[in-house]
Amino acid sequence: VATIQTVRTHERSATLRVERENWGSRAGFLLAAIGSAIGLGNIWRFPFVAYDNGGGAFLLPYLIALLTAGIPLLILEYSLGHRFRGSAPLTFRRLHPRAEVLGWWQVGVCLVIASYYAVVIAWAAAYTWFSLDLAWGPDPEAFLFESYLGATEPGELGGFRLGVLLPLLGIWVITLTVLAGGVRRGVERANRVLIPLLLLTFGVLVVRAITLPGAATGLDTFFRPQWGALTDGSIWVAAYGQIFFSLSVGFAIMITYASYLPKRSDLTNNAFIAGLANSSFELLAGIGVFAALGFLAASQQVGVEEVVSGGVGLAFVVFPAILAELPALNPFFGVLFFGALVAAGLSSLISITEASVSAVVDKFGLSRRRTVLLVGGGTALVSTAYATGLGVTLLDVVDNFINAFGVAAVGLVEVVIVGWVLRRSAELRIHADLVSDVSLGRWWTVALVAVTPLLLGAVTFDNLRQELATPYEGLPLGFLVTFGWGAALLAVAIGVAFTTRPWREPVTAVPEVRP
Amino acid sequence: MSTPALVTMVIALLLVWGGFAAAIGVAVVRTRRRRAGDPTSR
Repeated sequence: VATIQTVRTHERSATLRVERENWGSRAGFLLAAIGSAIGLGNIWRFPFVAYDNGGGAFLLPYLIALLTAGIPLLILEYSLGHRFRGSAPLTFRRLHPRAEVLGWWQVGVCLVIASYYAVVIAWAAAYTWFSLDLAWGPDPEAFLFESYLGATEPGELGGFRLGVLLPLLGIWVITLTVLAGGVRRGVERANRVLIPLLLLTFGVLVVRAITLPGAATGLDTFFRPQWGALTDGSIWVAAYGQIFFSLSVGFAIMITYASYLPKRSDLTNNAFIAGLANSSFELLAGIGVFAALGFLAASQQVGVEEVVSGGVGLAFVVFPAILAELPALNPFFGVLFFGALVAAGLSSLISITEASVSAVVDKFGLSRRRTVLLVGGGTALVSTAYATGLGVTLLDVVDNFINAFGVAAVGLVEVVIVGWVLRRSAELRIHADLVSDVSLGRWWTVALVAVTPLLLGAVTFDNLRQELATPYEGLPLGFLVTFGWGAALLAVAIGVAFTTRPWREPVTAVPEVRP
Repeated sequence: MSTPALVTMVIALLLVWGGFAAAIGVAVVRTRRRRAGDPTSR
């Protein structure tokens, strides 16, 4: 304990606001953390990334990335939030006054992501309804882009789409109601319903998928290892990128959630449980998706590689086609699939918005309900821009840029500042060891200070290289600069703007944990 | 399904799901010990 640095307070006052709402139980925290990590990307991103990067062989760099970057980053963020007991801006402010801007930058990234993420959940909610009579008909692609989204060319806004706007309103009402309820009665209670529901519905879907004709061919395509791919550096970058984007690390959420943990909390094992739960679900999703793709390929008498897809195309074009081909209970499985997407998305949206709400409450001392209305309501208003004809193109561009130059960049800056500039990793390791059942070894420091920055740097560099080589999706440069780079810069601008505002109460120290 | 694909799938499931089960197991055992007042458990 003697080696623990005294808390470095740069501003002290008589006020010591350290009381903070806590989770009702360890399970409540874990369900919320797992719910945040498991999102739409687990279902539609991981299977395609794995297939596209060596199939079964991809799982080796993926597991190495989980152990050398994913879980160490989770432990770092749990330790930061738990040690400094605040949302990301307050945590970084307590770490060092000049680091506050990093926390607000992360909040900026959250706000940008929340604005379009809600829209995809709204699509899934609408498709849950469409499943009842398989409304997409024989051409799911035309139905999605023409009938439902009314997609327009870049530069042409198009009108509001009521079919998107109404479910979007519903998604925001649910999210903001949950957040207004607070951590224990809102976020925890919602995740206690959403996560079991997600596991149940997805479990039924996977059992159905692997018992379909052609499923074995699909699984063979997914798991057949191409070991030669491992010598290609881009496979490793893809593995670290997948782990990083999948775990909800690097953008304020895990710091915020950990700040609600009671003083005695097993941070290290919680990180292992959350990280491995996320990967377990991802693997399950890969099995379900490729078994279903194998069935579709067999039905259409083509190779699996001809029906493989990822992202929006997989969920809203390929899966409707699969659902239409099922031998029985098509609407039932449709409701299960899109309902699972809604559950996975909602638990993540709640966490993304909570990170922003918590930050504003900490800094400006507003009541939670008022902050939820201001921050959540404002984000909801912005999100209606994606409910227009231009919405799908806008969403695609903003998502690409905010992930590549928001999430990845801010995550890289976080590990560099904590590990290299401020050199606080040793202090955080001691804190984690003091409160956890499982002690961290030297591997954590090595993983955090050496491996993670190196690989996150490679991911960011690779993103930049790809972006500069060819314009994203061949879209007009002006459109990409305005909305893509604009979204990434907006997150930074939010960070700077909020940092310059004064704190309602002086930032105080947090007492150190003693054994 | 080919043998290499099957073996890869089984190993991946064992590692990931097995790791998850082990982490949950550690949490349960440590919590029980702590509640039982075992001084060696923090």
